Amino acid sequence: MQLITTLLAVTLSAGTSLLYATIGEIYTERSGILNLGVEGMMMMGALSAFAVSFYTGSLFLSLIVAMLVGGSLALLHAFLSISMRANQVVSGLSITLFGTGLASYLGQRLGPESNGFNLAGMTASNFQKIQIPFLGDIPILAAFFNQDVLTYMLFLIVPLSWYFMYRTKHGLSLRSVGENPRTASAMGISVAKVRYLYTVIGGMLVGLGGAHLTLAYTPGWSENVTGGRGWIVIALVIFAGWNPSRAVFGAVLFGGINAIQFRLQAAGTMIPASFLNMAPYVVTVVVLALMTIIGKKKKGKYSSPSALGNAFSIEDK
Amino acid sequence: MKRSLALVCLLALLVPFALFAGGAQESATEAPVEEPYKVAFVYIGPPGDLGWTYMHDVGKKEMEAALGSAVETTLIESVEEGPDSARIMGQYARNGYDMVFATSFGYMDYALETAMDNPDLLVEHCSGYKTADNMSTYFGRMYQPRYLSGIVAGSMTETNIIGYVAAFPIPEVIRGINAFTLGAQSVNPDVEVKVVWTNTWYDPVKEREAAIALLDSGADLLAQHQDTTEPPKAAKERGALSIGYDADMGQFVGESVLCSPMWNWGPYYTATVKAGMEGTWESHQFWGGLSEDTVKLSAMSALVPADVQAKVTEVQASIVAGDWDVFTGPLYDQSGAMILADGEVMSDGDMLSMGFFVEGVVGTVN
Repeated sequence: MQLITTLLAVTLSAGTSLLYATIGEIYTERSGILNLGVEGMMMMGALSAFAVSFYTGSLFLSLIVAMLVGGSLALLHAFLSISMRANQVVSGLSITLFGTGLASYLGQRLGPESNGFNLAGMTASNFQKIQIPFLGDIPILAAFFNQDVLTYMLFLIVPLSWYFMYRTKHGLSLRSVGENPRTASAMGISVAKVRYLYTVIGGMLVGLGGAHLTLAYTPGWSENVTGGRGWIVIALVIFAGWNPSRAVFGAVLFGGINAIQFRLQAAGTMIPASFLNMAPYVVTVVVLALMTIIGKKKKGKYSSPSALGNAFSIEDK
Repeated sequence: MKRSLALVCLLALLVPFALFAGGAQESATEAPVEEPYKVAFVYIGPPGDLGWTYMHDVGKKEMEAALGSAVETTLIESVEEGPDSARIMGQYARNGYDMVFATSFGYMDYALETAMDNPDLLVEHCSGYKTADNMSTYFGRMYQPRYLSGIVAGSMTETNIIGYVAAFPIPEVIRGINAFTLGAQSVNPDVEVKVVWTNTWYDPVKEREAAIALLDSGADLLAQHQDTTEPPKAAKERGALSIGYDADMGQFVGESVLCSPMWNWGPYYTATVKAGMEGTWESHQFWGGLSEDTVKLSAMSALVPADVQAKVTEVQASIVAGDWDVFTGPLYDQSGAMILADGEVMSDGDMLSMGFFVEGVVGTVN
């Protein structure tokens, strides 16, 4: 029982940054914009959050800045892909390259002089785990109520996102813009406005995901801290079938699988470590295959927004 | 019409180049011959990693300070271990560099290719095993300071369970784990070393997850063969102790890092570049230990009692003097089978291809 609680707690904590970024990218992709810049936005969010926390000590301000930085990179992508109608794949990839490069450049220059202007190795204020009284003492449930503030915020963000997307008028216009921008436009929705809005909101959430890494999960800046997690997020969006509530399972699975396989190794299991290290990727392949099969049976429920990745102009035929 | 216009344009573009090239050639013959010795460093990561590349960069700076203006250096960071590295090293050769240090194992074949293509370039490859007339290898006997750090760890653990966050199951890492375990056992026969493989040299998040898994399984002290400070930081947050690696990680994390086996490339870089300048450089396979000062143990934290520090100093002295080395029998593997009889000393070849865990290690080598 204790073991399950610990595993669940670690898993939730590991999945938090993934879940923020995944929900952000779901918003973006639901509006028909494919943003492959997640890795770059996460990295910049992680760096800026840590830098602000290091210099001001204010965690609140750090989160705001991480959101602004993630949002402005997304705005750049939005400008390129909506206004300039550039190829979204190319634009997104360049955001990733730009963001990761800029983050390591700044990381080596924003630090204090005593450390050779390097931010790596510094410590700053960070989010501590807060145990909620009473609820935090019940076995299993304790895993949910022994987390940091950013994880608690997800308990609200996930259901609200789901409600917003599927039960409100604005959510309906968001989805319609991603499915059929022409019809949406005929209904009087400004496609460009909606796409700009949700691409930027998506970028802000991705920035928060990065901030969780440097302020809570692995406090402190180190180069390449996201380590490809931005790409996992792109896969998680497909995994979740563009549905924020299903994203939880994906994030927990991916976040937790390392925690579990490292524990199996530490327990001295006789399964070769190379097999355990491979396990997350095997699970990915199996789950993606299952999703496709299910998706074929329940038409549309797991498929991508029809207009995903396509630029739209009212003048197009 | 269009065609001739294009031709004119093309000529107009080419003429200045031709003139420029001619001019450059002329001035080259007239230029003074006394040029500094040019050395290039190819890094696998950023010097800001506070680990592997950071220590190479510290060594490079030491070499520059020692040789002054007689040497001119450059560096390139975060070069992938792929065909790109051959292109980069080849470019250095064409730009008139005299020596290239390739500081990661994966550059091996590309470094050899570069050495073959550029007979005037001296190539120094870290941690590999392929050499040529103008290519050498260099590495350090990290297992020696690891053994010393094992003595500290074995004396300081209270649960007798030590966690070891390890990168890849290759001889270098396995040798380090074995040496560390033997060191810990030499002062504490009941000690158990639990190994977790992360399959990465550098991934802050994964390293932390592995560290926490080990702490949860009862370890009160962590050692590592990883390049970030995440395992010591994770240990500190849980009130546990740790042993660093690569650099003196205590300066970044604090007193809970008891000591760190660390690299010290300065002496080797200085000697090698000097040999290159003086023309005495010869192809070699360098494997320096504590006695060559290529590897060392950092200063110990104030938490380490004086008697443990004295014990470490004593063993270190006997290794430096050449009286004794880490892999001396009797030595048993995980299954209890005898590897070395009493007094037998392992050969360098066997050490370099080590593929088994010694008794007392919990984990698998694959």
